[in-house]
Amino acid sequence: MDIYLLEAIINGILLGGVLALLALGLNLIFGVVDVVWICYADIVMCGMYAIYFLYAQYGVPLPLACAIAISGLAGLGVLVHVLIIAPVLRSPPLNQLLATGGLLFFLQSFATLLFGTDFRNIGVRLPVLEVATMYLSFARLIAFAISLVGAVALYFFLKRTYLGTAIRAIAQDREIVGLMGIDDRRIYLAVSAIGGALAGLAACLLALQYDVHPFIGNTFGPVIFMICVLGGLGNMIGGFIASFVISQIIAIGGYYGSTELSYVFAFTFFIVLMLIRPRGLFAP
Amino acid sequence: MSGSRLVAAIVLLAVLSAIPAILPPYFLHLVIQILIWSFIYTAWALMGRFGFVSFGHGAFLGVGAYVPALLWNFYGLTPWLGIPLSIIAAVLLAAVVGYPCFRRRVVGHYFALVTLALSQVVLLSLVAARDVTGGSLGFTQKAVGHSWYALQFPEKGYFYAIAVLLWLAGLAIWRWIDRGIGREALEAISEDEDAAASIGIDVMRAKMRVTIISAGLTALGGAIYGQYVMYLNPETVAGIAVSLQIVFAAIAGGVYSLLGPSVGALLTLSLTEGLRVWFGTNFIGAANTIYGILLVLCIIFMPQGIVGALQRVTLPRRAPAKANATETPQSVTRRPSSAAQ
Repeated sequence: MDIYLLEAIINGILLGGVLALLALGLNLIFGVVDVVWICYADIVMCGMYAIYFLYAQYGVPLPLACAIAISGLAGLGVLVHVLIIAPVLRSPPLNQLLATGGLLFFLQSFATLLFGTDFRNIGVRLPVLEVATMYLSFARLIAFAISLVGAVALYFFLKRTYLGTAIRAIAQDREIVGLMGIDDRRIYLAVSAIGGALAGLAACLLALQYDVHPFIGNTFGPVIFMICVLGGLGNMIGGFIASFVISQIIAIGGYYGSTELSYVFAFTFFIVLMLIRPRGLFAP
Repeated sequence: MSGSRLVAAIVLLAVLSAIPAILPPYFLHLVIQILIWSFIYTAWALMGRFGFVSFGHGAFLGVGAYVPALLWNFYGLTPWLGIPLSIIAAVLLAAVVGYPCFRRRVVGHYFALVTLALSQVVLLSLVAARDVTGGSLGFTQKAVGHSWYALQFPEKGYFYAIAVLLWLAGLAIWRWIDRGIGREALEAISEDEDAAASIGIDVMRAKMRVTIISAGLTALGGAIYGQYVMYLNPETVAGIAVSLQIVFAAIAGGVYSLLGPSVGALLTLSLTEGLRVWFGTNFIGAANTIYGILLVLCIIFMPQGIVGALQRVTLPRRAPAKANATETPQSVTRRPSSAAQ
């Protein structure tokens, strides 16, 4: 087997980890609040800027900068819910999509206004590992490992804690949970915070690999929706698996063609699959 | 048509024909843009008002804009043939994606996201084919000066006339669908597909028809836009950004009334243009920041759109007179504006 192809495949798996983390956050919010945050990737962008400024500009140690970014985005998630999602909770799905779409527009423009369109890098140079003449980025390995840890932690949180159980209950039947003494508004807030924190974690991992600029959300955003829909909106395990399918298509497509072409392959694959299995890959 | 409406129509025509003589070139340019985009937003609203929320119109717009331009530059094919070809291409694209979507009942969020992927496919294909299309750097048609054959007019008056005709044609088509039996069928479908099918509505046919018309018109709008500005960039005529722009403006104006999308175009384009001039190059992004905030506020507080909100205030009791078809009582009561035109 071609060694470069193998390298592409491994890099694809590593990329899939971060995508899976983002897909988990989006799926969690959708499964519980029933709103798709079109602006999810742009919230990640905010986190990447936070890390850039804290670490590269003000010299805050990286772990602390990451912790601040994660908690900051958790707060931002709550804010987004209270200010934008809560008022449109009873509106048609279209209006909900558009409200978060407007937020996407706002975040991108506001970042442009504040920081300009420069590409900024936090300047952490992690070593590149050479394994059997393949080059693997250490940053990607870390990102992959932490993503998996995050996913597993989320799984246990949802399975083992009271709050997690309440979240799963509301995703199953939002009419009944009120009768069980669960305050759905508090659950929504908690889920928005967790979704924001997951975006923050992804921001830390992405900041190690990519330059920050106001439109970086456009690179990941569409891919994440695609993954969530493929896995079945709200289906977290489906989304997790779909992340790796899509990242493989992107990686292998990039190996045979250009980066853009690899995304064209991925999106086309997505459209075709949606037409074959409209409720997602793993629908019953 | 009553006498007062006839007078209004004559006044409107008089104003429209006086505009190019009065306005300075910059404002004429703005008016032409508003008219072309009004047409495109109206085309989107043909689908959007029935709950088929397409984020794929960026794809049709991109196909419409690039096909005639590429054919002209590489084969010298006149846009008079290139534009019909681009419409056919967009209609085929819409049919290839739309038919299985409707057959497999891809609706709501899923439909929105599938069509979103479609506009990304067109955008990224245009970027990937950079040897032909120039990629992200954009594409400029070969200019030949004033020419009917090439459909290029440096004189703005010609494109103004074209844009007015295009806009009026768009309104006429909107009206035609609004008046026809097709509207009631589509409203019934958007309420409940199964119920609609059970009373003998051909769901597939109705959906395909409106999708194809909408996609074809969007491609036409894209082609005229391309001929007018003579510069195409994948980011401005294809992809998510322009799809969102279309959806926003149409919703902000109101999709349930004839002039809603046009009002949306007028307001959004004058607002962005006004903000852009106001801020100049000092604060890049400030204009769009304010624009984004206004969009969010508009969606939260005026979900019916501006024209819809105004009609609610001014026409509270003009309930539907003719649209009492038995199958859509709820939809009619919920949307008084469409019948009260």
